[in-house]
Amino acid sequence: MSVTAHPTPAGTEEYQPVFVGATLEALGEILTRYPTRQAALLPALWLVQGARGWISDRNMAEVAEVLGLTPAYVKGVVTFYTMYHQHPVGRHFVQVCTTSPCNVCGAEDVVRALLEATGANELGATSPDGNWTVIEVECLGACGFATPILVNDDFIESVTPDKVPDLVRKYK
Amino acid sequence: MGYPHKPHPRETVVLSRHFGEADARTYKGWVKRGGYEVLAQALAMEPGRVTDIVKESGLRGRGGAGFPTGLKWSFMPKEKNKPHFLCVNADESEPGTFKDREIMRWTPHALLEGSAIAAHAIQAEVVYVYIRGEFTEPWDFMARALAEANDARVFGAIKIYLHRGAGAYICGEETALMNSIEGKRGNPRIKPPFPAAAGVFGMPTTINNVETLAAVPQILKHGAAWYKGLSLSSPKSTGTKLFSVCGHVQKPGNYEVTMGFPLKDLLYDLCGGMRPGRTLKACIPGGSSVPILNREETESCLLDYEGVVDKGSMLGSGGVIVFDDSTDMVYQIMRLARFYAHESCAQCTQCREGTAWTTKILERILSGRGTTADLDLLLDLSENMTGKTICVLSDSCAAPVVSGIKKFKSEFEDYIAGRRKPVMVA
Repeated sequence: MSVTAHPTPAGTEEYQPVFVGATLEALGEILTRYPTRQAALLPALWLVQGARGWISDRNMAEVAEVLGLTPAYVKGVVTFYTMYHQHPVGRHFVQVCTTSPCNVCGAEDVVRALLEATGANELGATSPDGNWTVIEVECLGACGFATPILVNDDFIESVTPDKVPDLVRKYK
Repeated sequence: MGYPHKPHPRETVVLSRHFGEADARTYKGWVKRGGYEVLAQALAMEPGRVTDIVKESGLRGRGGAGFPTGLKWSFMPKEKNKPHFLCVNADESEPGTFKDREIMRWTPHALLEGSAIAAHAIQAEVVYVYIRGEFTEPWDFMARALAEANDARVFGAIKIYLHRGAGAYICGEETALMNSIEGKRGNPRIKPPFPAAAGVFGMPTTINNVETLAAVPQILKHGAAWYKGLSLSSPKSTGTKLFSVCGHVQKPGNYEVTMGFPLKDLLYDLCGGMRPGRTLKACIPGGSSVPILNREETESCLLDYEGVVDKGSMLGSGGVIVFDDSTDMVYQIMRLARFYAHESCAQCTQCREGTAWTTKILERILSGRGTTADLDLLLDLSENMTGKTICVLSDSCAAPVVSGIKKFKSEFEDYIAGRRKPVMVA
């Protein structure tokens, strides 16, 4: 399938469509689960993010074309959900829960330790080596195992500041 | 990833019986434990009969609202002239709650079996299990269990699909969840129409919580009378409930007890009490959306739907958040308000503006710039956020604020009068 909805001026880098080969096949299987093409939007966005780490405007245009939606509609959905990245993030994307139950167990100290050990230094910023982005998130649903963090798709429980340096080394 | 505790002798393990047994996650392991026997029986029964058994059992929704499950199923059209859907709410995101995660991690087949039984009862041919995007590990276990069960063809004509969320607390609200499945922003819908009339894709739909559905096979296996008998108090609250205990207790985790169990015993006996040298200050008994209890209320509270209401709060999802005497209540209430401000879908004015301003005013108090009028302002704001919006997210933000000011007013006044050092900077 080729993307023709949003041609770009001659001379710009050619767009590499995401929905080709195995990814297109995966989408085809997903479409059989729902009575509408629109319903495949969240899974399609996950496929894009899985393939290239984030979702650009041109990716959104491609998803729109593949599913018969408009780019503006797709963007409206992307911006609603906090897990879709609209900009590139570090190779390791860290989400730290700081909502009340974790907060009273020291989650903010874990955030500080992670910012320091990764060199990201500021929430949402990416470390100079491009390896780490750390953000605070609301409730990860593992309150009894404070503080839970997600490093990419790895869900790690009971993180304390003293465990952070080893943990960061493991992902180097 | 280990399950943290052996069952306490005072627990009644029905749902959590096989927690910690890795083998229970496999199809073979589940069948060895008697799994999928009642599903085969249920599929051969009249759908209405299955609904009646669940009605008789007294099972009520474990997601927070406590609506009678069998009654909810009976709202689905009996004459079938459209496709019916079952949505499983595995978007567990209520601060303090982590029970559904444990069910999916250890006994994914219990959820799948309960879902298929429910689908048969409401005559649904398709089931969507909506799992929050952050639950990567439960997703993997569920996907594996579903693939194995499909290979064994245990679900008859019923098709079960997993659907991944992408980071939005509000998608745990049933109509927002349906919008999210349809590929839309997760804005809650105005009711009516109710889901049983027009739900996902405009078709008759039932939405049930993970824990509710996991209990269904047990009810069919042991009978409605057995389940009804599992109660220490009110006949309106039956069966067992998983309570997720977190915060300042020695042994946080999931504990399964019969309805009517004393909250005091859960905290001091099962969870090992407070940390050494600390005393209980406050407790939120049903997830962050319910009013805060003080120490006296907590220590005299019975854990069933009526018992918690008697103390001025709600059983909710069973997420018990414990605060000891080291807790800055003003800061934690601000932290909860910030949660709701972050998670508001921004559709209704009262919620979009109210959650944001509540947070802002609390931050002002914490940075030493609050005035005595701010407390009245917060209460006034909360009143305008309660019962006035499409869904209850706005009300949920008001609950800890109103109860917090009522029960811990002096802590707010200390910041305002300058008796306490500001903990935030302007």
